[in-house]
Amino acid sequence: MSHRVIVPIGPYHPLQEEPEFFQLYVEGEKVVDIDIIIGYNHRGIEKLAEGKHYDQVPFLVERICGICSSSHPYAYVLAVEDILGGEANVVPERALYIRTIVNELERIHSHLLWLGLAGHFIGYNTVWMWAWKYREPVLDMFEMITGNRNNYAMMKVGGVRRDIKEEDISIVKKMLDELVPAVDMFKGAVMDDPVIQARLKGVGILTKQQAIDWCVVGPTARASGLNIDVRRDDVYGVYDRLNWNVIIEKDGDIFAKTVVRILELYECVSIIRQCLDKMPKGEIDADVKDIPSGEGLGRVEAPRGECLHYVKSDGTNRPVRHKIRAPSFMNVASNKVACIGGTISDATITLAAVDPCYCCTERVAVMRKSDNEKVLNGWDLIKLSQEKTDKIKEGMLNARPQ
Amino acid sequence: MNIKKTALTKSIWVFHISAGSCNNCDIEILDCLTPRFDLERFGIQLIGSARHADALLITGAMNRKSVPRMKKVYEQVPKPCVVVAVGTCACSQHMFRDSYNMIGPLDEILPVDLYIPGCPPKPEAMISGIVKLVTKIRKSK
Amino acid sequence: MNIKEGIREGLGSKILDWKEHSARRIYFLIDQKDIVEVTKLLFKELGLRFSIATGTDTPEGFEMLYHFSHDNTGQFYSVRVLIKNKEKPEIDSIAPLFPGAEWIEREIWELVGINFKGHPNLKRLLLADDWPEGDYPLRQK
Repeated sequence: MSHRVIVPIGPYHPLQEEPEFFQLYVEGEKVVDIDIIIGYNHRGIEKLAEGKHYDQVPFLVERICGICSSSHPYAYVLAVEDILGGEANVVPERALYIRTIVNELERIHSHLLWLGLAGHFIGYNTVWMWAWKYREPVLDMFEMITGNRNNYAMMKVGGVRRDIKEEDISIVKKMLDELVPAVDMFKGAVMDDPVIQARLKGVGILTKQQAIDWCVVGPTARASGLNIDVRRDDVYGVYDRLNWNVIIEKDGDIFAKTVVRILELYECVSIIRQCLDKMPKGEIDADVKDIPSGEGLGRVEAPRGECLHYVKSDGTNRPVRHKIRAPSFMNVASNKVACIGGTISDATITLAAVDPCYCCTERVAVMRKSDNEKVLNGWDLIKLSQEKTDKIKEGMLNARPQ
Repeated sequence: MNIKKTALTKSIWVFHISAGSCNNCDIEILDCLTPRFDLERFGIQLIGSARHADALLITGAMNRKSVPRMKKVYEQVPKPCVVVAVGTCACSQHMFRDSYNMIGPLDEILPVDLYIPGCPPKPEAMISGIVKLVTKIRKSK
Repeated sequence: MNIKEGIREGLGSKILDWKEHSARRIYFLIDQKDIVEVTKLLFKELGLRFSIATGTDTPEGFEMLYHFSHDNTGQFYSVRVLIKNKEKPEIDSIAPLFPGAEWIEREIWELVGINFKGHPNLKRLLLADDWPEGDYPLRQK
């Protein structure tokens, strides 16, 4: 007899990029349907951008998302520079390197953040605390280079706003040297841990075909075997002059997504090191006066995937149309297939795996309830998830020969 | 006996609500709990249910869809409680003031006890704000 | 086969205007009635990735841009469609072909007010339930 339970998740949870509201329909342990309701964070930025002039928009778009606060302005300035004739033709060399460095530092901090939250969801609070501890030096680097821990305000049309000082370079290098052993530790702790493998392998699978149909991007797509990365495919910054790899996994489960993100951390470190070594001296900002009429597209590989900005100009000092596509817009929708068929205790980590960084400690229960429908809140859900880990741990301890 | 003094000055349990924020303030709030700042030393803890909360940390620019939910959460919190507006968005709506999807600033919707401006405020600023509030409650009669 | 030639041959006279802004940014105009067939060719046969669609209110009518990315070459194709009927803008939905287009069509429907014929689940995505019917924030006023 099917006893259908509705599990509302959201909209309130402290760890999320956009308050989203998931309604899981479960029978027994199994998730049979999911409703994704978004819009709790809709601020009308596309409309607001039409009222700002070209130099003001970067400040607006970096407040789309606090974690991708260099990817969005970067994609925007690329779009405007596309109207002007392409980034490489407009922006001075040194600025290209600085843009690349900031973009990669952001990826490190974002992946560490995700790793911590993923650990929290499966009941490994130690991983959470560790990951966030090692994330702090990255934020210090940001504070040193840009003046703020988040919302860096580095990008402007034609270049960057601030230079990286010579004396800072050695400090950044030292930070990277200290970060690598920490990443090594995570690699060991996460990839070799039997409990984490038991929790993540084969869970929340997004097959290659599904990944194509749902048009997912970034690590979510790369974990499903899609070989896409804007940094390589549609080069911006100086990525074509550096030596680095695109990390691809085949399985499409959450473990694969975790592995992709951890291995990408090494690539980020390597990219920043190469940039710091090769960075030439010179101007950091080209003088851009007028934006001619036309349209431009800018794409950036944000930590979560392809971030796309489309700007249409009519020759005045304000964009006529500014379209923004954040990577999560595609990735979150794919939860619909990744969650269904899994168990309820895997739902939290599955929903979090595309990195909308989601956890909802509690929400207001205003669901309509019929007699055989029961409402669980998000906290219960995390508890269920953590209990499952404990059970697996216990099972492994018992199985060990005395 | 002043219930506020007894209930709200030790081991404050906080519940966090995002009403249309960019996530930065929310991350910095979590940052306060992680090893570098570690507010749990003082018994300050994020909790799962608004029904156990002493303080509400509200971030964001008051989105039309989330404000009704936020009011419902506020009704569930046992009184007296403190409401903290974290970030410039919650204090004054920041650059989203003119958006079509925003309802007035937070203090027109709920009574606010503490404003922590900044975009985002640094964890140090948040800690300093909480300390100031606790000092103020202690001095009150 | 070269992807650019593949598109030009496959679509033939359906392409009304072809503009190469740069080597990697290609825009072409098609008629409104051809959008499903064009999408079928680009997405299903040639294997381009659907990136997003943009709806714009222009004086001539509603302009739809469907952005497709060819990831092997980094070429980015934008299919332009002009919906001339400003009173009752309508276009065939591409969401039945693949689910990735569902959300963006819902977003354009509610923010710009273009109706997508044949969309499996056309309902509000971002705006609140009490948002007035017939008020589209992204239209020029």
